[in-house]
Amino acid sequence: MRELRVTPIKNGTVIDHIPAGLALKVLKILGIGDSVTSTVTVAMHVPSHAMGWKDIVKVEDRELGAREIDKIALIAPTASVNVIRNYNVAEKRRVTLPDRAVGILRRANPNCISNVREPIESEFVVRSKSPLRVVCKYCDRELEEIVAHIV
Amino acid sequence: MSDFRGRDVLSIREFSRADIQLVLRTAKKMVPIALGEKRSRSLEGTILANLFYEPSTRTRLSFESAMARLGGRVLGFSGVEGTSVQKGETLADTIRMVEAYSDAIVLRHPQEGAARLAAEFTEKPVINAGDGAGQHPTQTLLDLYTIWDEKGEVEGQTVALVGDLRYGRTVHSLAYALAELGAHLTFVSPPTLEMPHEILEHLKEQGLSFRIAHRLHEVIRDVDVLYVTRIQKERFPDPQEYEAVVGSYRIDTEALREAKRGLIVMHPLPRVMEIAPEVDRTKHAVYFKQAFNAVPVRMALLDLILGGSE
Repeated sequence: MRELRVTPIKNGTVIDHIPAGLALKVLKILGIGDSVTSTVTVAMHVPSHAMGWKDIVKVEDRELGAREIDKIALIAPTASVNVIRNYNVAEKRRVTLPDRAVGILRRANPNCISNVREPIESEFVVRSKSPLRVVCKYCDRELEEIVAHIV
Repeated sequence: MSDFRGRDVLSIREFSRADIQLVLRTAKKMVPIALGEKRSRSLEGTILANLFYEPSTRTRLSFESAMARLGGRVLGFSGVEGTSVQKGETLADTIRMVEAYSDAIVLRHPQEGAARLAAEFTEKPVINAGDGAGQHPTQTLLDLYTIWDEKGEVEGQTVALVGDLRYGRTVHSLAYALAELGAHLTFVSPPTLEMPHEILEHLKEQGLSFRIAHRLHEVIRDVDVLYVTRIQKERFPDPQEYEAVVGSYRIDTEALREAKRGLIVMHPLPRVMEIAPEVDRTKHAVYFKQAFNAVPVRMALLDLILGGSE
């Protein structure tokens, strides 16, 4: 019997074209840890025509929200997100890096008003997409180590 | 009707060259009123809220004076003692309350970005009067006004910014605005307090040339405007090193010996040791005039924003 490396899923989400080595960070963004109830498949360092090497993450019985997709865009702007329903690709979405990252990055500057108890969400303006550079909308300071600040 | 009516003043970088020129020209017309030689009631019936979350003498008093000279009224607080802020009220809530009592809000706050947040919670215009280590756009406007008024124009002037160019963000804002208006920039500082790399990069991207020096005497002969900033003791781990650095950037008559006749010396004040008192008596010293200019410049902004001249 031939063993398939990665089997098709019935319902859920396939995140493809993740830059090689970043699959575990994608899992972290999706909050996939001990308490997950559905099957999660991770393929790392898979040959890819377009990218040379890539990672793939499949999450069964779960569709992603817009914010989760924005977060993935911050670390893997090349990724595509396929929604699978009854073994078919029901929706194919390419992640796009938003112009503004709202509520998905933690604030770093302790002297910024957005870090005080005010009724606002964090908001970062994307200054450059490659390399990724973001600055706080309020204090105008650049956020270092963006990945470490993903909520 | 001017584009200024109802406008927020949060950062000088939101001001175009034409915007800045309009403020400067309007400020010039305000001078006789600021001096008490002419009367104006152009803002009669309007109320300015002056919210100073931390102490300030010059900025707060000059806004009060500006509003009073135009016939308007001022309410507000200076320091948060005894206010609802002390009970833990958010800035957002304070702003929504004050909005109902006034036509425009001036805000000085210790946190960076406070004025931008305030502007999100009110339809009334918000004027940033300093947000921690962030922006202080009305200071930049009065600095530009002083150069324009003393020298006739800003374009083509060689302006040397001297002192701590690394940490002071107001000096960064001033550098952007001067570049925008076509001044030639020279940066004079100790190597550890140089203008940050990203600002130099920005100036290069704009096709602007500038000069960097570590000693004032290397550049003094070429300078039209000397803008001196305070070097703060906290920036130096070693007090002796601080004393040495401050001493070497001190402006006295000896340091100005080779200066152009028309050189002007500016300082945002308060000064500590940066400028010797003997310089006050020379025609180079314009820093007290600069402090006075705060009034006509803030009058101009208030009048444009609150539509007094319409």
